[in-house]
Amino acid sequence: MKVHLMFKDRDFDPDQPLPANEQDLVQDLELDTLFKAMALGSKFLYAVAQVAMLTSLNKPEEIIYRQDVLKDCLNNAEIVRQIYQIPIEASGNKKKFWLGIFARTPNGVLLSSLDMMKMFVGLLRRLKAIADEHSDKFKSTGFTTFFAMIQSELSDDYFDVVEAQLEQLAFRDGVLISAELGQGNESTNDVLRLPNQREDQGWIKEIFSRKPPVYSFHIHPRDNAGLRALSDIKDRGVNLVANALAQAADHIDNFLKTLQTELAFYIGCLNLYERLTQLGAPISFPIPERTGRSKHAFQGLYDVGLALTMGQRIIGNDINADDRLLVIITGANQGGKSTFLRSIGLAQLMMQSGMFVSAVEFRASISTGVFTHFKRKEDASMKSGKLDEELGRMSGIVDQLSPNALMLFNESFAATNEREGSEIAGQISRALVERQIKVFFVTHMFEFAHTFYEQGAANALFLRAERNPDGTRTFKLREGGPLPTSHGKDIYETVFDKQSDPMRSATTAPAF
Amino acid sequence: MVSSKSFPVTEDMPNHSVLYNHPNGRFDSQVIDAPPFFSDLNLDQVINAILVQKQDYDLRSFYYDAPHDVTTIRYRQDVFRDLENKVLQDQIRTFAEKMVVARRYLDLAGKLHYHYHQRGWFLESAAVYVAAVSDLVNGLSSIDMHSRALLDFRDAATRYVHSSPFVALAEDTHQRKSDLASVRYNIIIQGDTVRIRAYEDEVDYSHIVEETFAKFKQGGVKNYHIELPDPSGMNHIEAKILDYVAKLHPEIFAELDRYYKDHQSFFNPLIYTFDREIQFYLGYLEYITPIKHAGLSFCYPTVSDHDKAVSATSSFDLALANLCVSKGAPVIPNDFSLRNAERIIVVSGPNQGGKTTFARMFGQLHFLARLGCPVPGKEANLFLYDNLFTHFEEEEDITNLQGKLADDLIRIRHILEQATGDSVIIMNEIFNSTSFQDARFLSREIMGDMIRLDALGVCVSFIDELSNLGPQAISMVGTVVPDNPAQRTYKIIRQPADGLSYAIHIAEKHRLTYEAVKERIAP
Repeated sequence: MKVHLMFKDRDFDPDQPLPANEQDLVQDLELDTLFKAMALGSKFLYAVAQVAMLTSLNKPEEIIYRQDVLKDCLNNAEIVRQIYQIPIEASGNKKKFWLGIFARTPNGVLLSSLDMMKMFVGLLRRLKAIADEHSDKFKSTGFTTFFAMIQSELSDDYFDVVEAQLEQLAFRDGVLISAELGQGNESTNDVLRLPNQREDQGWIKEIFSRKPPVYSFHIHPRDNAGLRALSDIKDRGVNLVANALAQAADHIDNFLKTLQTELAFYIGCLNLYERLTQLGAPISFPIPERTGRSKHAFQGLYDVGLALTMGQRIIGNDINADDRLLVIITGANQGGKSTFLRSIGLAQLMMQSGMFVSAVEFRASISTGVFTHFKRKEDASMKSGKLDEELGRMSGIVDQLSPNALMLFNESFAATNEREGSEIAGQISRALVERQIKVFFVTHMFEFAHTFYEQGAANALFLRAERNPDGTRTFKLREGGPLPTSHGKDIYETVFDKQSDPMRSATTAPAF
Repeated sequence: MVSSKSFPVTEDMPNHSVLYNHPNGRFDSQVIDAPPFFSDLNLDQVINAILVQKQDYDLRSFYYDAPHDVTTIRYRQDVFRDLENKVLQDQIRTFAEKMVVARRYLDLAGKLHYHYHQRGWFLESAAVYVAAVSDLVNGLSSIDMHSRALLDFRDAATRYVHSSPFVALAEDTHQRKSDLASVRYNIIIQGDTVRIRAYEDEVDYSHIVEETFAKFKQGGVKNYHIELPDPSGMNHIEAKILDYVAKLHPEIFAELDRYYKDHQSFFNPLIYTFDREIQFYLGYLEYITPIKHAGLSFCYPTVSDHDKAVSATSSFDLALANLCVSKGAPVIPNDFSLRNAERIIVVSGPNQGGKTTFARMFGQLHFLARLGCPVPGKEANLFLYDNLFTHFEEEEDITNLQGKLADDLIRIRHILEQATGDSVIIMNEIFNSTSFQDARFLSREIMGDMIRLDALGVCVSFIDELSNLGPQAISMVGTVVPDNPAQRTYKIIRQPADGLSYAIHIAEKHRLTYEAVKERIAP
């Protein structure tokens, strides 16, 4: 009984450790917005989305496997949501029936497991019915294997046997236990027995008709200690069956939990898809290339987080950065540089989770990890310690980096003067690129960007945030080297209301 | 605490001690208070840890009262040498574990009320006792041993096992056990009615249920098998059931009654004494084993009652080593060697540099050697002292310095009055809280007295000139890492005191230069 909708050959582990830089990624890429759109208020969907997005796949075939399952989901959204209801109902019912770890006695475990199993059998019959009716509408390997498993494992005959067994385990005719004398003549090796049946007699009757020796006694209804002692003996007898039944219930419970977990990712994707469709924002299934091929090209790539926050379609970027290892982005403040950087990181994580991406077209090599080093606003007050903090953070990242990782810098190492900052940024970038790490660097440090631009290395690409001749921004990046001046003045003017431009204030993220 | 009175003991066999070699030696010293130097030397930590493990045996007097003669020390060292054989150790340990169980069962039987329940546990106790003794004698027979203590015990125990009372006990016990084990019966519970009858080959129902649900059992599911409490004791329902079971098998239970009468006292004093005394060795060995496994050495010291040229190689503070090993921290061993007229080691050097530890080590070595135990180190030559005295500076109420100094001097005077040329005296950081002038004056005076006594000793002091008081004193110094004086080596080495400065700061770097980053990321 395996679900295997997230991986061809294994379960998805929702409790697996997240990468060490999880918090940085969530903060810098504003992943929270994305998770919320996927979760639609469900904590569970949020948690699964978070794990799936942050624990990237690293093989194209793994990604394609999920893409196919997701395509089935987009085509059969209603059926998939129906299946997702089954585990949800199970966990709701479970709260009513399951004593689980609170059951201290085998009798308690037995009774509670019986209730659970009856409830599960009903739900599994429903799952089987859905499989019988709809399985032909699904094309992906993931779903076809899943439905075939349901149909072969859960036959109607098997359901009948299980239900008959559950009936018998209620022990309406009493419990027969054999025992031996152990240490100190205390009873041991208690074994639950199935009474020897006679054709026309119940086994209780059989005992009455049997010749002696049979000794019997009654326990007085007010002898509480005696009744407790009796139920202890019963406990020892039913311990094994209670365990078997509880483990079966546990297994089905785990199966349904796994089903819920694995579907949760796709339900999250469905929710996101439906929201983006509402906004008219395009999505596409990316083409994952093997690690190390250094492919990175896209059309209409936008920051999905920004689209969700603004509640509208965002203009995307078209870039071909194939074979480029160092991409330096300069230009106008609030010209879309950070947003671009985020869209790069988000698309990579989305692709490597098996999801669609927020672009018209997207093709990229699989990275060995996405890392962000963003200037932190909250550091602004402590000028002197800031460079130390930034370098400490960077050192932590270097510990995790390996070749073919994706490294996103956003105005890093600017906490000191431009010359020193440029020197540090230059040394680090050069070392990373030489170790085959793909670097995107958003910077105001002219000297840093300019030095690389002058060198004219073939594996470097320079992008610039553009602005129109009237001073408004296009929010599109174009190829271009760094210019010696920045555009802080514009922003100053906007923020301080020195000139009015309704168009721009509508599309500008809150200042600072 | 175990006293032989609480158990039925047969009195017809000679006693034998593996701790004292005198024919009528002190089997049971009454010393139950730790020696006064125990806490200064942290020996209380060592011995208490052992005593806690072995509290069933009350070994206090064995560890607190060290022998006064070299012969007994050697008698014990020989036993320790034999016990280096893991097979022997394991056999004795298995024996001891069974003896614990046998005593516990007998104790239990004494407290029980239901007739056949009580006889049942009596039988269990005897069964475990028989197995413990037979297995021990059987195991010892094939082991190569050299110590007189263990060889003599083996002879005595072998004679006992072949004696007719023991053989009869063993056979009777075996027969009763197998009779009772053959009994099998059915209990049928319906509501408040219980029926007892013979078992009639009914099939195992749990098996059938497990098979049906096997499909759902794969994977790492939780275990719901409830560990029901050990049924020590029996309630009235179980007792009633047992009475009916006895009615189903009257002959078997009549024989059990007869057995109980026949074998009232089966514990033998030879076995009892050995079981207790051997724990002195096992307790110590169990304490030092993890330390040995961490790579540290122990040795059998040469103990002399006249030669004061003491020395040790790669030795260490046992209590500290125990602590370090449990935390995975390294232990730094140290050496010392006194030659000819040299008697007193003056230890100086940086704070937290291991000086006190060194002083403790010196004292511990002498005490442990006198107990007859293997001591920390690769090699050791130690002196059989008549008395061991310690004086350690105590953290005290700073407002009463005057009073404290007076108290200190009174205590030191007592020590010097009681000490002889055969004593060991350890003074640690005395007079630290007095003025330098006073400390220098007082220390010189006291050192002078120690030298005149010709006692052995260690004196930890910041007044390093004490080592110049005569050929009897030598200087040993705590050392630091040459490139980084802030870092201690915990090595105490023999060299003149110097008085280094230790404050140097080391700058931290982020290792983020071009070369460093490239080096840190594997291609």
